[in-house]
Amino acid sequence: MSNKTFHIGGIHPDKHKITTNKPIEDAGLPEIAYIPVKQHIGSPAKILVSKGDKVKVGTLLADADGIVSADVHSSVSGEVLKVEEIEGEFGYLEQMITVKVEGDEWEESIDRSPDIIKEITLSPEEIIAKIREAGIVGMGGAGYPTPIKTTIPEGKKVEYLIINGIECEPYLTADDRLMVEKAEQIIVGAKILNKVLGIQNAIIAVDENKPNAIEVLRKITRSYVGVNVQVMQTKYPQGAEKQLIEAVTGREVPSGKLPVDVGCIVQNVGTVNAIYEAVQKNKPLFERVVTVSGDAAENPSNFMVRVGTPASYLINKVHGNPAEIGKIIFGGPMMGTSAVNINAPITKLSSGILLFKDDHSFKPEETACIRCGKCVDACPVGLRPFAIASQVRDGDYHEMKQLHVLDCIECGSCAYICPARIPLLDYCKLGKYELKKSK
Amino acid sequence: MLKISTAPHMNSPQDTRSIMRDVVIALMPALVAAVLIFGLNALTVVLTAVAACVAFEYLTCRYLLKSTPTTGNLSAVVTGLLLAYNLPSNMPIWMILIGSFVAIVIGKMAFGGIGKNVFNPALVGRVFLFISFPVQMTSWPKPDFLNFLNTDVETGATTLGILKHIDAESSATKLVGGLENLPDYGQMFLGYTGGCLGEVSALALLIGFAYLLWRRVIGWHIPFYYISTVFLITGIMWLNGGNIQVEPITQILSGGLLLGAIFMATDYATTPMSRKGQIVFAIGCGILTVIIRRWSVYPEGVSFAILIMNAFVPLIDYFTIPRVFGTGRK
Amino acid sequence: MSGIIISNILILGGTALIAAIVLYFVAQKFKVEENPKIEQIEALLPGANCGACGKAGCHAFAVACANSSETEFKDLFCTVGGQAVMDKVASEMGYVAAVKEPCVAVLKCNGTCQNAPDKVIYTGMKSCRMANRISVGRSGCPNGCLRFGDCVKACPFGAIKMDEVTGIPVVDENKCTSCGACVRTCPRGLYEIRPKNNGVRVYVACSNTQKGALARKNCKAACIGCMKCSKICEAVKVENNLSYIPTTVSAEEFGASLAENCPTGAIICTKNSSSAEVKNEQ
Repeated sequence: MSNKTFHIGGIHPDKHKITTNKPIEDAGLPEIAYIPVKQHIGSPAKILVSKGDKVKVGTLLADADGIVSADVHSSVSGEVLKVEEIEGEFGYLEQMITVKVEGDEWEESIDRSPDIIKEITLSPEEIIAKIREAGIVGMGGAGYPTPIKTTIPEGKKVEYLIINGIECEPYLTADDRLMVEKAEQIIVGAKILNKVLGIQNAIIAVDENKPNAIEVLRKITRSYVGVNVQVMQTKYPQGAEKQLIEAVTGREVPSGKLPVDVGCIVQNVGTVNAIYEAVQKNKPLFERVVTVSGDAAENPSNFMVRVGTPASYLINKVHGNPAEIGKIIFGGPMMGTSAVNINAPITKLSSGILLFKDDHSFKPEETACIRCGKCVDACPVGLRPFAIASQVRDGDYHEMKQLHVLDCIECGSCAYICPARIPLLDYCKLGKYELKKSK
Repeated sequence: MLKISTAPHMNSPQDTRSIMRDVVIALMPALVAAVLIFGLNALTVVLTAVAACVAFEYLTCRYLLKSTPTTGNLSAVVTGLLLAYNLPSNMPIWMILIGSFVAIVIGKMAFGGIGKNVFNPALVGRVFLFISFPVQMTSWPKPDFLNFLNTDVETGATTLGILKHIDAESSATKLVGGLENLPDYGQMFLGYTGGCLGEVSALALLIGFAYLLWRRVIGWHIPFYYISTVFLITGIMWLNGGNIQVEPITQILSGGLLLGAIFMATDYATTPMSRKGQIVFAIGCGILTVIIRRWSVYPEGVSFAILIMNAFVPLIDYFTIPRVFGTGRK
Repeated sequence: MSGIIISNILILGGTALIAAIVLYFVAQKFKVEENPKIEQIEALLPGANCGACGKAGCHAFAVACANSSETEFKDLFCTVGGQAVMDKVASEMGYVAAVKEPCVAVLKCNGTCQNAPDKVIYTGMKSCRMANRISVGRSGCPNGCLRFGDCVKACPFGAIKMDEVTGIPVVDENKCTSCGACVRTCPRGLYEIRPKNNGVRVYVACSNTQKGALARKNCKAACIGCMKCSKICEAVKVENNLSYIPTTVSAEEFGASLAENCPTGAIICTKNSSSAEVKNEQ
């Protein structure tokens, strides 16, 4: 019997997981770290430091502003050079705290011992407080503050905690390596979340193309109650929250509703690892695993990177030749964004940096739709992207809404598969943008 | 200079051109079979049709529509091949040119080019020729294995023609005459029988089908449901005391059913988009094929069946919109 | 033979007659009573259905006019048709139309290919709205023209054209009806509707709110917020490192000196001519 997967649509892009067997290396410290104060969905954090302040690793730099926001901690020790708007990944100005790195001095409160603390002594409320203090956000890419997600709204009941170890994007292996090397931490993290949610039903979902991670996780979960490994059939976009819930539990999150409405909570493995470190080791979220790969990277690898490290620092690490690089992608090749600024910093959400050579950097010309229906087959939401594209071209908002364009998860499957190279995802995004604007 | 673009940053290796190239490759075994069976005449017909289709598409784009010619995507080559495969091997050249003109200019470019045509262009061309030049279109050269220069124009009937003939007379004299001319299964499977040059060899077409499936150019649904429907209906008629005419295996191996089901009912532009729609389309084609073969004056019904179902595609598409995730289950 | 023809004529003619009678009664039954003024007013309107009046289209505008009171009518104006059309509509209603100056759309950016050269290559869908989502734009200016011409496609009157040399759109003031489609479409809000003033206009052709040095890094013609203009004319305001010339500032009086004294050439003063002359100070 084949493993579980989601039932509508999906594609099988080339995996390119060339860094699967590269252990996580410590990327070391950059000379200067640029730490953005907004690395999450919601309002930017309020800055607490000013020019000239000395900070340590783990020092709180900016405080969460409101409920939908997250704390930002220093990832390096040194002197704050300036607090002002600097060009970010897209070239737009973003509020960042620039720290000149001096040594590597950590806050005393952080437990740096390698031992794994399995005993969970804190109460659920204390755990959520710890998660909030550590500034943890969803590290899969959405950046939704984790404390809100783990606080169950009144009247809702959670039955499943799904730990997302799918990593369906090509090239990326950050979560894969994390599961292999920090398996026990993730499992304890899952136990912590189990305690918060008051359930005994954490499922670590892993794609079958990660045999090492599956083996390690299976071995360790044997000695833990309430945490299980579920091997999934490899298919893109299985890592999308709603698709994953459907694949694991068979439940469909209704259009416009949240996972908790069907009794599910999904957390990325990176987030769960960060929760473990925050709760058991008192360590705020200031570093993460980043895959640096792509065909212009001579020595692709996985790195443990401090938040705020400029991308150019990592590109040097993999011996990327700047003259050869045609495109720099933050994230995966399916949903990631191409960067304008080579010095843009790594954030809590950057799962990968991909360097593409020139010949992979151009988008092919759009040609006429041949009505092959591959986009309809591929769409994991059951949309008809070709129809959406033609409505967007005509500017028919009413019809766009009928086509459920707002349910699009922007996974890019349609644009990937289209043999006529129509930028279907662009049309869907444009349709969403126009619809939201016209409201 | 850095390039920036919207996601996704990679594309499937399959593009329009590669799909069309795969279809051309999948059609090659049938061409080999045709040359082996009907001689070099078959090759002439195929080359004429392909060259004419490509030329007409190029000229239409260039001088009529004043747009960049789309011949690079090889779709005209596919149309030319399919049109030729639907013609007898002794077709006069000038008729092939007319057929190609109708197929490309009227059947395809008049609708706006690739992807916008409602009817399968090759079939439009074939049916036009079929109605305009019935004599030439129904004088089938007899198979003559490995006689490449096949100069004598001995012609005979197709399997379905023989069956139709039997029907006309058999009401009184139960299955006499003509029956001994029926090829056996082996001959039909290999293609040693009269007919259009590309449709005769089931083996060659099935090799092409396997290739298309392997390259993921088409799904198995349309050919499977189309052929199964024909098999089922004729099977029921056969078991209910029908005569030799509705013998299901002969029905499948003869005529243009395999060519139509594998290569023409699966044409992207003229078939429904969703899986469900494609199945409805295929079953409709199957039913119409049997009806035309059994009760109309024509012995063969695949072209008409597919063209008629082409007209229903917008309607089928309308009624088989896939369910959107998170809406209306249970 | 003639019998067949006659019977054919009779049958077809009869069918047509019956159908006509049925249609007549159906039309009578489903007839919608409408204020006859609506139709008369609609006939006067340009029929572009551009939505500049704030209504869904010309018919909706006609309905609004026909149902308006005299005071309400003052707020209704068809910018596309202009004063002439509104006067006619007003006489239809027996009211007096509001007096409005004819306006034209101006592009508040002079980030031409020469002033603001490309820093990255954008590949993919040629759409400003898309390009705006994924990056700061090819020139690096976060507020400047993206040069993909969404406004050209949006203009219902064909008044906007892409200048091949400069790469930025140019508004033909003779065709522009100030309907505002470009204002709504431009993802960076670069268009402003300003009074036509017989072709003499002065405005700041820049929308960059970055600090002077940063703005100049990306574009030679950027407004750097140097305040020189506000010294020439007090009504000119500089906020967020960006100057704004209110429409009340007389272009005849201050136009030339404002444009001449702007160190980056961000202020443009158009002359009284059919096509706008764009001043490019190097």
